[in-house]
Amino acid sequence: MLLIVRDVHKIFETVGGGATVLRGVDLSLDSGQSLALTGESGSGKSTLLHLIGGLDLPDQGQIFIDGANILAMDDACRARLRRGTVGIVFQQFNLIPSLTVASNIAFQARLAGKYDADWADVLIDRFGLASQLTKYPEQLSGGQQQRVAIARTLAARPRLVLADEPTGNLDEDTAADVMDMLLSLVTEAGAGLLMVTHSMALATRLDNRIHLRAGQIE
Amino acid sequence: MIAVTFGALWGHWRRNPLQLFTLLAGLALATALWSGVQAINAEARASYDAASATLGEAKFDRLVHRDGLPIGQDTYIRLRRSGWLVSPVIQGRMGDVRLIGLDPLTAPSGMAPIGLRNLNELGSFIVADGRIVAAPDVVLDGVEFDPLIAPRTAIADVGTVQVLLGRPDEFDVLVVGPEQPLGQASLEKIAPKLTRQVAQSGSDIGRLTDSFHLNLSAFGLLSFAVGIFIVQGAIGLAFEQRRGTVRTLRTLGVPMQFLVLLILGELLGLALIAGVIGVGLGYLIAAFLMPDVSATLRGLYGADVAGTLQLRPIWWVSGMAISMGGTVVAASTTLWRLSQMPLLAAAQPRAIAVIVARGEKTQAALSAILLFVAFALAFTADEISTGFVLLGALLIGAALGLPIVLGALLDGVAKNSRGVIASWFWADTRHQLPGLSLALMALLLAMATNVGVSTMVSSFRLTFVAFLDQRLASELYVTVKSPKQAAFMVDFVTPKVEAVLPIMSVQVNISGNPAEVFGARNHATYPNNWTFITAGLSPWKDVHMNMAILINEQLSRSADLQVGDVVSIGERPLVIEGIYADYGNPIGQAIIAEPLFQTLFPSVLALRFGLRLPHEDVDALVEGLQSKVGLTASSVINQASIKAYSLAIFDRTFTVTTALNALTLSVAGFAILMSLLTLTAMRVPQLAPAWAMGLTRRQLGWLELVRTVMLAVLTGVIALPLGLAFAWVLLAVVNVAAFGWRLPMFLFPWDYAQLGGLAILAAGLAALWPALQLARKLPADFLRVFSNER
Repeated sequence: MLLIVRDVHKIFETVGGGATVLRGVDLSLDSGQSLALTGESGSGKSTLLHLIGGLDLPDQGQIFIDGANILAMDDACRARLRRGTVGIVFQQFNLIPSLTVASNIAFQARLAGKYDADWADVLIDRFGLASQLTKYPEQLSGGQQQRVAIARTLAARPRLVLADEPTGNLDEDTAADVMDMLLSLVTEAGAGLLMVTHSMALATRLDNRIHLRAGQIE
Repeated sequence: MIAVTFGALWGHWRRNPLQLFTLLAGLALATALWSGVQAINAEARASYDAASATLGEAKFDRLVHRDGLPIGQDTYIRLRRSGWLVSPVIQGRMGDVRLIGLDPLTAPSGMAPIGLRNLNELGSFIVADGRIVAAPDVVLDGVEFDPLIAPRTAIADVGTVQVLLGRPDEFDVLVVGPEQPLGQASLEKIAPKLTRQVAQSGSDIGRLTDSFHLNLSAFGLLSFAVGIFIVQGAIGLAFEQRRGTVRTLRTLGVPMQFLVLLILGELLGLALIAGVIGVGLGYLIAAFLMPDVSATLRGLYGADVAGTLQLRPIWWVSGMAISMGGTVVAASTTLWRLSQMPLLAAAQPRAIAVIVARGEKTQAALSAILLFVAFALAFTADEISTGFVLLGALLIGAALGLPIVLGALLDGVAKNSRGVIASWFWADTRHQLPGLSLALMALLLAMATNVGVSTMVSSFRLTFVAFLDQRLASELYVTVKSPKQAAFMVDFVTPKVEAVLPIMSVQVNISGNPAEVFGARNHATYPNNWTFITAGLSPWKDVHMNMAILINEQLSRSADLQVGDVVSIGERPLVIEGIYADYGNPIGQAIIAEPLFQTLFPSVLALRFGLRLPHEDVDALVEGLQSKVGLTASSVINQASIKAYSLAIFDRTFTVTTALNALTLSVAGFAILMSLLTLTAMRVPQLAPAWAMGLTRRQLGWLELVRTVMLAVLTGVIALPLGLAFAWVLLAVVNVAAFGWRLPMFLFPWDYAQLGGLAILAAGLAALWPALQLARKLPADFLRVFSNER
């Protein structure tokens, strides 16, 4: 199994005391599969995604990626995991503003030491970014920036793709295009995809769906 | 991973060259001011040391005549025959060149210009050929140059110099070798008129000029502190703008520790480049100021300092160290904060205002603690080190407190403002304060330094002018060669002058401290002109009744003597009836009545005299002294010419101070400009709503200009009392601890008003460009803010 999440709890300290965001979440995902994570605002979707990506740590429970318990890892190990095994697509794109589109796409693959120019060209071609390569992120539209962000993630050939509302900033047509490309490329690469979304229409296009309510899976 | 990550980080500078320029320029300017001042100090000290080494002042004991007269050749021969291993030295001036005669055959090894192991090589040359070796700046025919010799100095064999100076069979000093044979006869027996001076740990000139160098160093350090504020501001803003990149890099798998090290490496690389530029600029500053510094030191203290600079490796090393150390200091807080930040916290968009606001309480507490420490030390500090701690606590405490005070002021104004634009303006100014606070702190320090140093130097000038009037009360000063000539001169001038005031002194020991005691004639000149720091009811009257003694401030402080205490001179108890200021004198001094002096020291006869006469008779008397008494022009000094010369020297001192003042203020102006330019890009999202709701771009530009000038005015108002406190610490604590005398402090409101005007002008000029940029911003730039928000 590519991803196993067992009894994960997360509490955030606030001024008024602890706020429990996740209450014993369990899920699993295999290679080549896709899973949609839906839920209301504040239900804990993004928090769960951050925990799986090693961006934060749960207060209780276990998370295994490719058999490795990320709770047992130190910061450097988790950073290595994010470089090589996991790829994250953010709702706000998180491109590096000082790098061109071409450099942004190649960035994570180079960081992981897995840069493949031919594969990058395929992604550039599929996402229609060939004419934008020398531009900087601020010169692109929101849809173009999201395509660059997805291409950057896929260029590193991650085994697990985590996507947080990847089409949340896009109009319906552009969102549908981006989703098509994401799903086909993940399937081709044999990776697992865990996607957070508000949209039931998008969620139905994935292999499985789970719904979070008040930090628990329904 | 290093190359890829570094490429992403470096891309920020490539895309924001102005910010990179700010960082490099701030660091380079800070290093330049520091290393420039250090270069001047190092060059001057090297010159003193070269001069001291030539005469062996620092290493060897010396025999001199008790009355300051030349030592005869017969005395020297007598001493040598009695087993005294002494070596003769004669010195004098030919024009502006200091001519030194040595005897290489008897001189102890180690007595030579810096860098020469002994005099053998040089000695054989000058003895064999009777030639002269001189510093490269000496303009004399037929001399050989040696860069190791002190500036404006020439060395030759003692015989050659005796001929050149027209002083056959005379020496000024006999240098005592470090090893002497056992059983040699006592000095009192062979040469009773000679006295032995022990070797000094540092050169006299070096100690005398320490005050000047201390002030320069303080200036350099403060300028560097101002520069570091710029660097910290630039680094802080760069981090703020790169926060998103850092967050993305971390989410993509770059470890935090690795990122911190990489950023530190990047900054140190930049510091290296800025350091090289800074040391180069510092060299230019030093080269520009050196002639004035050199003239000041020569005039004030008689210290010969080369007017040109040499590139010394130590400047490069210290300049680079200060540049890199300054960067680490400026970046440490930001790097530490970055290293402690959880990954997801970094993902939250945080304005710099939020970060600063969080630290405001800590900053206020730190400021209060430092100001309290400064307040406590103001009453207790009595050493140089505690004096500097006091200065540091005062300046840093005030700088840290500035944003808090300004914030409270702006909050108060915002609450009471009426009208929608005024309310928005004050609230927006309050919001801007954290981003500008580092630049305003730099301005505060620059202005306070200017006020402080100007007050100190101007107070010094006023005091010194008054001191000259006190000490140079006589219209003419005459030096004669012998007691016989003295008697002839006195007979000649007595019918022509109002008074003849002999100047005679002798070295004694008062309460365990070396001091020079003078015998003063009973004449109205003294009570009419001398002022005291503290005194009894009728100090001069008591002195002339042979009951009392007057001492200088240095002796009072070093021996802890006060008015009313009793000291002994030659076993004669005398009550201290007055303590007088004696600026620039490193040693103790005392005054007793002339008859008592003659009783206690009958062998000491006056060879110098002050003459009181109407101003209109001065020229005629000078002519008579030269033609009838046979005195040379250099033996008769007109008081007016000394005063004019001294004041001219001060004006050179002011040139140096003014130049450094202007440089420091320029650096602060630069800090404001760079902060505003860096903030301009961040301002657009804040100003876009105001523009959308009806304020024109022109209005926004004007308001930006008004905001900066207003903040500069408020900072100036706070800088004035801080600068005065700074001056007080320099005058009343540091100066007293370092040199044993205290200068009175005067206020110069017109100077402060001019400085305030200059600071406002600098701030206004700095704000002009960003304001124009804002006024000319295209509507599309504002609209992009709203499109990005969708």
